[in-house]
Amino acid sequence: MGFLDINHVTKSYGNVEVLHRVDIAVEEGEFLVLVGPSGCGKSTLLNMIAGLEGITSGEISIKDRVMNGVHPSKRNIAMVFQSYALYPNMSVAQNITFGLEMHGTPKPEREKALKDVASLLQIDHLLDRKPGQLSGGQRQRVAMGRALVRNPDVFLFDEPLSNLDAKLRVDMRTEIKKLHQNLKTTVVYVTHDQIEAMTLSTRIAVMFDGYVQQLGTPKEIYDTPENVFVATFMGSPAMNVVPAKVEMVDGVPHAKVARAEGDDALLAFAQDNMSEWAGKDILLGIRPEAITDPEGADRDSNCIVTLANRVGVTEPSGADTFVTMTLGGKDVIARMRADTTVQVDEMFDFAVNMEKAVAFDPQTEARIKA
Amino acid sequence: MSVATQDNAASVGRVGRTFVYLTLLLFALFYLLPFFIMVVNSVKPLSEITGGNMMALPQEWTIAPWLSAWSTAQIGVEPTGLRPYFWNSIRMVVPAVVICTIIGALNGYVLTKWRFRGDTIIFGLMLFSCFIPFQIVLIPMARILGILEIAGTTTGLVLVHVVYGIGFATLYFRNYYAAFPTELVRAAQIDGAGFFQIFYRILLPSSGPITVVCVIWLFTNIWNDFLFGASFASGDAAPMTVALNNLVSSSTGVKEYNVHFAGAILAALPTLLVYIVAGRFFVRGLMAGSVKG
Repeated sequence: MGFLDINHVTKSYGNVEVLHRVDIAVEEGEFLVLVGPSGCGKSTLLNMIAGLEGITSGEISIKDRVMNGVHPSKRNIAMVFQSYALYPNMSVAQNITFGLEMHGTPKPEREKALKDVASLLQIDHLLDRKPGQLSGGQRQRVAMGRALVRNPDVFLFDEPLSNLDAKLRVDMRTEIKKLHQNLKTTVVYVTHDQIEAMTLSTRIAVMFDGYVQQLGTPKEIYDTPENVFVATFMGSPAMNVVPAKVEMVDGVPHAKVARAEGDDALLAFAQDNMSEWAGKDILLGIRPEAITDPEGADRDSNCIVTLANRVGVTEPSGADTFVTMTLGGKDVIARMRADTTVQVDEMFDFAVNMEKAVAFDPQTEARIKA
Repeated sequence: MSVATQDNAASVGRVGRTFVYLTLLLFALFYLLPFFIMVVNSVKPLSEITGGNMMALPQEWTIAPWLSAWSTAQIGVEPTGLRPYFWNSIRMVVPAVVICTIIGALNGYVLTKWRFRGDTIIFGLMLFSCFIPFQIVLIPMARILGILEIAGTTTGLVLVHVVYGIGFATLYFRNYYAAFPTELVRAAQIDGAGFFQIFYRILLPSSGPITVVCVIWLFTNIWNDFLFGASFASGDAAPMTVALNNLVSSSTGVKEYNVHFAGAILAALPTLLVYIVAGRFFVRGLMAGSVKG
């Protein structure tokens, strides 16, 4: 049993099941991120943990106490909303202590808790202002203060950064992470931004279509995605997934993919189990950073394969240069070092790190496991 | 060239604007004319009205017509003036407006933040009640007031106006609260606030503009109502509007036009005051729901 247990939980609206049998056990102090495109059921799941939506079947328990049917205020949780949901008529101080007041905490204790939280979040000087007089980042802090002050068992975050501009979002992301490292609280965090998911979490649940597609550490999710959806959803630019055929050359399985010119290239697999797929079609998944210029290739890899192909488009981003080429009839993005000289329409020797390559079954789109 | 055309545009604008303002001024004067006549004639002796020009300023200023209209004029058979009926109206309007506004706000809160099966149907029916013509309900209402034994009393009138007012009040508050972020209610729920605490602490403090709109609307309508007043409250319990009618149409003696004018202004004064005091919130409140979205 974990600290927060989500057990066989489903959610239906009428006859439509929007959440299918979710099982997640969250340990104390974990930072779990629910990530997925809109409509995948992640916010619904969060609201069910909060008690704002009913549970159709299954059980949610916090600290071994079943929470089904328990009022949100009695679950000892706190939630930060996307719009911050600060009470517009109350000052920052009143906003932060409202929950304590409703729970009947005596005034001196409230004052003390307010002071602690305000200094933790560095909002001491804002306590007398109304939410309308605050900037986006300040509102965000106040919203977090309101959650922190209750000292809850579980923090719930519902896309808290999506209303901020790009720069502030990155700053607040770091702050949330810092806060979690200091306070070691249990967090469930909903976002559609895969970078937030990767950077913040200790574990990620990738959701799509009401199913948890994969639950694992950021590294597991990134390196060994369970299926094509997870592979292409996580990572920016997305993982390249191209149709290929497995061929045995000298007893080693190779992926045969069509190059821009139409002829085939052979890429040797690092995984031996691919021999079982000899002669069959697969989907080959390679992350952009696993396709580089030869000098930029990963030195620790035992399986760098050279792939000569024609360069389609180059996009310098400052830190890296992204090169698009055609492989297997699809656009494939490679991530080069910034000052690599690549000429458009010329042939170039790409270095492919096949240790990082993954293969998917084209029928089920599930990863072929070692 | 650009400077020349700009200059041109400005001068055309000036001519156009002058024309617009002149027209507006003309219309304003036209609309103010009746009020001017009422005020002017309420402060001159009757002889000046019957003997001469209604538009002329009084040669002899007097507030006697006002005093007479307020406390001594013949209303029906009693020489009481409008005073007791003025208080009747106040006793009718204030409770009716307060009750309607409170219930309307609660209805709006429930219909938007505590949705339940069939809530749209209930709201539809309430909306429908706004558009039932007064005449249709006269006889059933008379029967109900009779059963409740409050026929012919101010309490009866309060009930009638509450029944009619709730529909409008609910409409106003529902539409206003529909734009109120539900996340705030959810946050308050997590914070541990109950149904009424959320209402008092979170929603009501943000409801100023719509409350003003609702109060102005209800106050004006209920104060100005004549049909219900004439039908359900006769004699001593009659509201101001009915008394004014009795003052003007009493057939004994000379027609004291100056007193009639003064009485009419007295009858209109409270609604006028409400507009002047709360009018600027009125427009703000009407806009609030539509712009915020």
